[in-house]
Amino acid sequence: MRDPQRLPKEEIEATAQHLREDILRMIHKAGSGHPGGSLSTIDMILTLHSGEMKYDPKDPRWDGRDRFVLSKGHGVPALYAVLAEKGFFPKEQLMTLRELGSPIQGHPANALLDCVEASTGSLGQGLSVAQGIALAGQVKARQQGQSDAAWHVYAMLGDGELQEGQIWEAAMSAPHLGITNLTVFVDWNKAQIDGTVEEVMSLHPLAEKWESFGWHVQEIDGHDVDAIRQACDRARLNASVPSVILAHTTKGKGVAFMEKDIVGWHGKAPSDGEFKQAMNEVKGGAA
Amino acid sequence: MSQDPRVMRPSDVKPMATRKAFGLALKDLGDKDDKVLVFDADLSKSTQSGIFAEAHADRFFEMGIAEANMIGTAAGAALSGYKPFVCSFAAFIAGRFDQIKMSVAYSQAGVRIVGTHAGVGIGPDGYSQQGLEDLACMRSLPTMLVLQPADDLETSQMIHALAQTDQPAYIRLTRQNVPRVHNDDYKFEFGRFPTLVDGFDVTIIGTGGTVGNAVEAALLLHREGISARVLNASSIKPVDEDAIIKAAKETKGLVTVEDHNILGGLGGAVAEVLTNRAPARLLRLGINDVFGESGEPDALYAYHGLNADGIAGSVREFLANL
Repeated sequence: MRDPQRLPKEEIEATAQHLREDILRMIHKAGSGHPGGSLSTIDMILTLHSGEMKYDPKDPRWDGRDRFVLSKGHGVPALYAVLAEKGFFPKEQLMTLRELGSPIQGHPANALLDCVEASTGSLGQGLSVAQGIALAGQVKARQQGQSDAAWHVYAMLGDGELQEGQIWEAAMSAPHLGITNLTVFVDWNKAQIDGTVEEVMSLHPLAEKWESFGWHVQEIDGHDVDAIRQACDRARLNASVPSVILAHTTKGKGVAFMEKDIVGWHGKAPSDGEFKQAMNEVKGGAA
Repeated sequence: MSQDPRVMRPSDVKPMATRKAFGLALKDLGDKDDKVLVFDADLSKSTQSGIFAEAHADRFFEMGIAEANMIGTAAGAALSGYKPFVCSFAAFIAGRFDQIKMSVAYSQAGVRIVGTHAGVGIGPDGYSQQGLEDLACMRSLPTMLVLQPADDLETSQMIHALAQTDQPAYIRLTRQNVPRVHNDDYKFEFGRFPTLVDGFDVTIIGTGGTVGNAVEAALLLHREGISARVLNASSIKPVDEDAIIKAAKETKGLVTVEDHNILGGLGGAVAEVLTNRAPARLLRLGINDVFGESGEPDALYAYHGLNADGIAGSVREFLANL
């Protein structure tokens, strides 16, 4: 995958459903975790790892890789599921989520798991780190006399996370610093712990905010593989500024009872009965 | 008692602020190592990172008045194989503790965090600009190196040593000039407190801006027949446990002197070692858990008992009451 090839859309969609099963299994077994925001982001993380990004599961820290920073660290079950699927570590290890001694920590820890780029979980910080990685990719290219940045950086932000001031510090600095090798996804699933995002602290008008900071802005359906890929393509075409993709998603996507109570399913594990029901839905391909 | 107890030889080198020595050393390091990147948050004239910026504009990044973003950005650069230095006032660095905890320490990002304008030694700007809790914060983070050089020579060596390690590090520097306290052949080492003055009655451990005053205090005491050993705690984490235990065994008591809250800084670090390994009497001098205030640096040091007379007086009293 050092030379990424786009997998067929149908294959990605089928895999995404399997990974939804993994996410539910992990969180159910752990007895705690964040199903809503993992299920809302899985299609994007999987699509990025299925033909957009360069990487090498046999050499996770391969210098030429593209980088993915999960700023919304609580959504990490989705990232773990994708990394295991792509061969970075055995699938069985997923089931050690949140266990003492496991590298599969409740939030990403790069010192314990070398396929994770940065430790996150205290919200608002990942965009700055992603920007720094992108900047380093530009400095490296310049020092080696190359015109293209040495790597591309993708970051996944939560919508509630945009309430953190540091996000807007980074939103201001990335265009100013001339960062062009950075594509940011906002998992716009509309809910956070204390209520809907609109109730808790409105982001409106979100697209205009990013535009006014100098970003290339797109709005897509964050569950549509083709839309995600086209947005990546357009981000590459507009490579004079950093790109943000505001991805409308459904919290708990694929599990009807979670989709109906998006605030309630932010951060709790399903009971045994709920787990069985959720697995049936996901296996049936209902989405 | 007539023999000069100093291990260090008196120097005719002009006193220099450690921030200035840092700026010069950083530029020098940048000449040799193109992995060195420098970030500042609108204080490059004060932190002296501007000296690097002038020589290596392509590797200097002005991040504006946004320290949290600066620290995170530098973490990303460190994770990509670069050697970033981020510079601001110690007060503002400590204020971004969460970014240092998560994006630097817990991410194992080798960011060299430089906090200048340490303590009340900055003078008239007052408490908001005085870093007085930064050592306590930084010491509490696993894997973090915590350093505070005593003079220009040690600062330069420290900066070069930091280019050779990927560990996250915090370096605390003075705004005010400090005298040269090390001999020309001095070699800085992580985890070692060099002995500046020999003595057997009491051990004074200084750090940063107080070290020169601790040496002067020892010379005052020497004239009165009190033999005071002086150690320079430039490596606060890792701390020099052996030197502390040796001092506990060979002298009657220990006195720490720092331009920092007496809670959690050098005094705390020494107390922890003594409690665990060699119980001994310890007097902690510093800012006595009060807010700093405006004033001239010398006046503030006198007020807080951190000048030579103040230190000597506290040591006399400490010994008298043992």
